[in-house]
Amino acid sequence: MSDFSRRKWIKAGVAATAGLAGLGAAARIAQRYGLIPPDHGGIYGLGETLTYGSHRLLTRHSLAREFRPSQISKPPMANEMAPLNDAYKRLQAGGFADWRLFVNGMVDRPASFSLAQLKSYPSRSQITQLACEEGWSYIAEWIGAPLSHVLSLVGVQPQARYVAYFSIDSNWWDSIDMADALHPQTFLAYGMNGGELPVGNGGPLRMRVPRQLGYKNVKFITKLTVTDSLKGFGKGLGSASPEAGYAWYAGI
Amino acid sequence: MARLESAGAELRARVPDSVSSVTETVVRSRHSALVRVTHWITTLCFFALLITGIEILISHPRFYWGETGNVLTTPLFKLPIPSSRALVPTGYGYVLRDQNGWSRYLHFQAAWVAVLTGLLYVVSGLLTGHFRKDLLPGKGDRSLRTLWAAFAKNLRFQRPSEAETWSYNVLQRLTYLFVIFILFPLVIWTGLAMSPAFASVIPATVTWLGGQQSARTIHFFVSVALVLFLLVHVVMVFVAGFWSRMRAMITGRAGTDREGT
Repeated sequence: MSDFSRRKWIKAGVAATAGLAGLGAAARIAQRYGLIPPDHGGIYGLGETLTYGSHRLLTRHSLAREFRPSQISKPPMANEMAPLNDAYKRLQAGGFADWRLFVNGMVDRPASFSLAQLKSYPSRSQITQLACEEGWSYIAEWIGAPLSHVLSLVGVQPQARYVAYFSIDSNWWDSIDMADALHPQTFLAYGMNGGELPVGNGGPLRMRVPRQLGYKNVKFITKLTVTDSLKGFGKGLGSASPEAGYAWYAGI
Repeated sequence: MARLESAGAELRARVPDSVSSVTETVVRSRHSALVRVTHWITTLCFFALLITGIEILISHPRFYWGETGNVLTTPLFKLPIPSSRALVPTGYGYVLRDQNGWSRYLHFQAAWVAVLTGLLYVVSGLLTGHFRKDLLPGKGDRSLRTLWAAFAKNLRFQRPSEAETWSYNVLQRLTYLFVIFILFPLVIWTGLAMSPAFASVIPATVTWLGGQQSARTIHFFVSVALVLFLLVHVVMVFVAGFWSRMRAMITGRAGTDREGT
């Protein structure tokens, strides 16, 4: 090996070491500021981390676009969905009077809420777009209780980082970080276009996260779990979506 | 000591030789290393984006104008292809497999690599004068007559002259500038406009285009334009001499097929 190529190798080695150390430091900082998504592993981890990290830096105070009442899509769109299970049908037969939303995990006062209770809190509405990852979209008025209000009632502990939410259909669950959970447009929606939330749109209770795509807006919500880590949930990828091959973060 | 000096003299005597050969290869390099590397990274990303883009498109092969569009609204047009979703009325009796998960992951990852590579290319192109020297039409070429001459020559699939081994003709220059500074920025913009999170930060990204569905439709047409460019680009490489042009873009060495292998 000549001097020239040895020098080249040493240089390359030093550069690679510096690069790796730099990447390691960047990863630690990113982790600390919550810029790493739970599905950061695997061959698509780089792109996913760049998207989620950059969005978290950009969207700290941004609001999803809101529309005029005249822009509401008519007729309202309802996506295809899996058959409703027996537990759902029993509650539906009772007019959802016994529907409960359980809230547990890293909260001071675990609690459960009836729909009547949720509706007794100051209700908010927003006219926002629901865009599906497939490419279609619709605009509707969503009425509900801001998730931040419900979370304030149970007292979220300071180390909390995510809110996982679960459908009555056990195959369907998801999670969002605290930035989205406490966002003023993130609703537990029980109404749509001035009326009750239709079953086809997730009634009686749906998570509404308008800065993310449709699939984060899980239907038929029965449980919220506040947590500092998503490792213990499912396969630890943050939601049922990555387990089915879809990204956890769906801001795009 | 004497031996050392003479060795030094010998070394110095060799220096001019090696320097001149180095300069010669640098001067004779058709494309700079940066252009070559960014060209092939972009090629790779483009194919990844194209394949995954088609996969995502198949889940809803209908296009709309304005803010919203779904199976209950009238499309601007629809593609006569089957879909990977049962909800879409396509006229076909079957539904394709859902490939959106990995397609979306790869689409955005390839987009990141392509955009960062593009930024590197544009910044270095401005700094080194690549755009000014190699892509802006020369002063003598800025006329419709020279443009028409280049166009007519291309239409006849004439083998380019020796000069074009070393420099682009005026039609090539304008096409590359159009792709780099119009089509690529447009496809990035319309892509970002479909992101509800990005649109929440800069709503004008979407409103200037007439709505989120308009952005999706424009994204499709710009992609079609890029594919057409790619086809013409590859045909032209074949007309000019596939191996000589490939060698120029891979190794940097130019020359005609007759000249060497």
